[in-house]
Amino acid sequence: MLTFRNVSKTYADGTRALAGITLSVAPGEILALVGGSGCGKTTLLRLAAGLDTASGGAIHLDGEALDRPHPGVGLVFQEPRLLPWLTVAQNVGFGLAGHGAPERRARVAHALDRVGLAEHADRWPRDLSGGQQQRAAIARAFVAQPKVLLLDEPFSALDAVTRQDLHGHLLGLWAETRPTIVLVTHDVGEAAVLADRAVVLRPKPGRIHAIFDIATPRPDDPEANAAATRQLRAALGASLRENA
Amino acid sequence: MASGLAGAAEADTRDAPASGSGPIVRGDSAARALLALVLPLCLAIGWELAVRAGLAQGRLVPPPSRVLATLAALAASGELRVHVEATLLRVASGFALGASLGIVLGAVTGTLPLARHLLDPAFQALRAVPSLAWVPLFILWLGILETPKVVLIAVGVFFPVYVGVSGAIASVDRKLVEVGRIFRLSKPALARRILLPAILPATIVALRTGLGLGFLFVVAAELMGASEGLGYLLVDGQQFGKPEQILAAILAFAILGKAADTVLVVLTRPLLRWQDVARDIL
Repeated sequence: MLTFRNVSKTYADGTRALAGITLSVAPGEILALVGGSGCGKTTLLRLAAGLDTASGGAIHLDGEALDRPHPGVGLVFQEPRLLPWLTVAQNVGFGLAGHGAPERRARVAHALDRVGLAEHADRWPRDLSGGQQQRAAIARAFVAQPKVLLLDEPFSALDAVTRQDLHGHLLGLWAETRPTIVLVTHDVGEAAVLADRAVVLRPKPGRIHAIFDIATPRPDDPEANAAATRQLRAALGASLRENA
Repeated sequence: MASGLAGAAEADTRDAPASGSGPIVRGDSAARALLALVLPLCLAIGWELAVRAGLAQGRLVPPPSRVLATLAALAASGELRVHVEATLLRVASGFALGASLGIVLGAVTGTLPLARHLLDPAFQALRAVPSLAWVPLFILWLGILETPKVVLIAVGVFFPVYVGVSGAIASVDRKLVEVGRIFRLSKPALARRILLPAILPATIVALRTGLGLGFLFVVAAELMGASEGLGYLLVDGQQFGKPEQILAAILAFAILGKAADTVLVVLTRPLLRWQDVARDIL
């Protein structure tokens, strides 16, 4: 269980990015954090990842405080952030340094296969397309088998077709170990397709505006998704207008 | 300055298909090598013919054949080898000393804020001193044998390497460091797996600059008094009015300097194959 208890974040310059975020995410749940820019989505994710520290409140994973990077928590950034001097396979295996070489190889090969990059294993990141790079980054996060996987708008720079393709890869990997996923997105449709629940945030300071259960079965059902998308879009629009 | 040689060699393999359509300066490396030779060869042959035809005496500016003959004679007598070895040994020791100090201190000031505030201003001030200004002091302190020469070369090599390494560390992409943090790398692992590869390209450029300065300073060091070395050949040629010997020594310097740089590039190229750089399309 991933829990946020009254989490707030105020930056050194006085900007209040988050205030009073209280939220629980069940094991294996896919939760989408939706909201316009500047509503603290990325900040909340960075706090959970342990890259930044909260100004108030606490984040716990199964009772353990997340105030620094935790082995059970993985993060996929908005950009692929592959290390340019490592091959694709070496990048995917980056977090497996503690494991023996045979196990590392097997897990990397499996993950690469899962995201359709098996034949690119020995290429440099520069030789991959944007979508392929992001697939490698997702594989890198999954291969460490985290209990919680945080995704910070990982598909926002991709075209619609590639994005849909990556949704499939993400759900495929998720189905294997069923980690908790917290997905930050500004794309309401994406939240409807992928998530079990969507949390709509509102800005200045970032706080929870509404929480929606998304009852769409996966793999996706276009009509149910469309309904969920409409509902979310309305809520998002309302939260943005209230703050205008 | 990092591009020249590596670019030429890389183009052999990677740009091969494009060579047919590109302009001749971007074409295959053989054509480019020929182009590069046109001007020096024309000048050399022109001067040679002018002297042969009696248009010029060639006493102060000897024709290429005489310079090459001098070089061949020096090589045949075994003298050239002695001088080249002496010079190379000085450059190698000075480079090894200066480059390793530059890398270590650059890494220390690049990573530790306290060391940076403590050391960097002093180094920057010292860097502003023209290195040759140290010569009288080094001679007073260290005598006139090998030590002051090696130290002078080391000083010349140290600063570009130090500045290059500490600057490279300061500009390592925060985003890549965060990848290391997410995977909870220890400080040493972060240094080895992220910082080191990230600063490698800039470090190699700094080493090449340092090596070039090493050859610059070995001449200065040998001019200040040496009984062997290519610099000694320069002084000797001046004192005994042998311009062909001076030119032969200059030619040897050019070949050695280029060869040393090429060795450095070839040795380090496998470390940089991953780079996504513009040199192949420029």
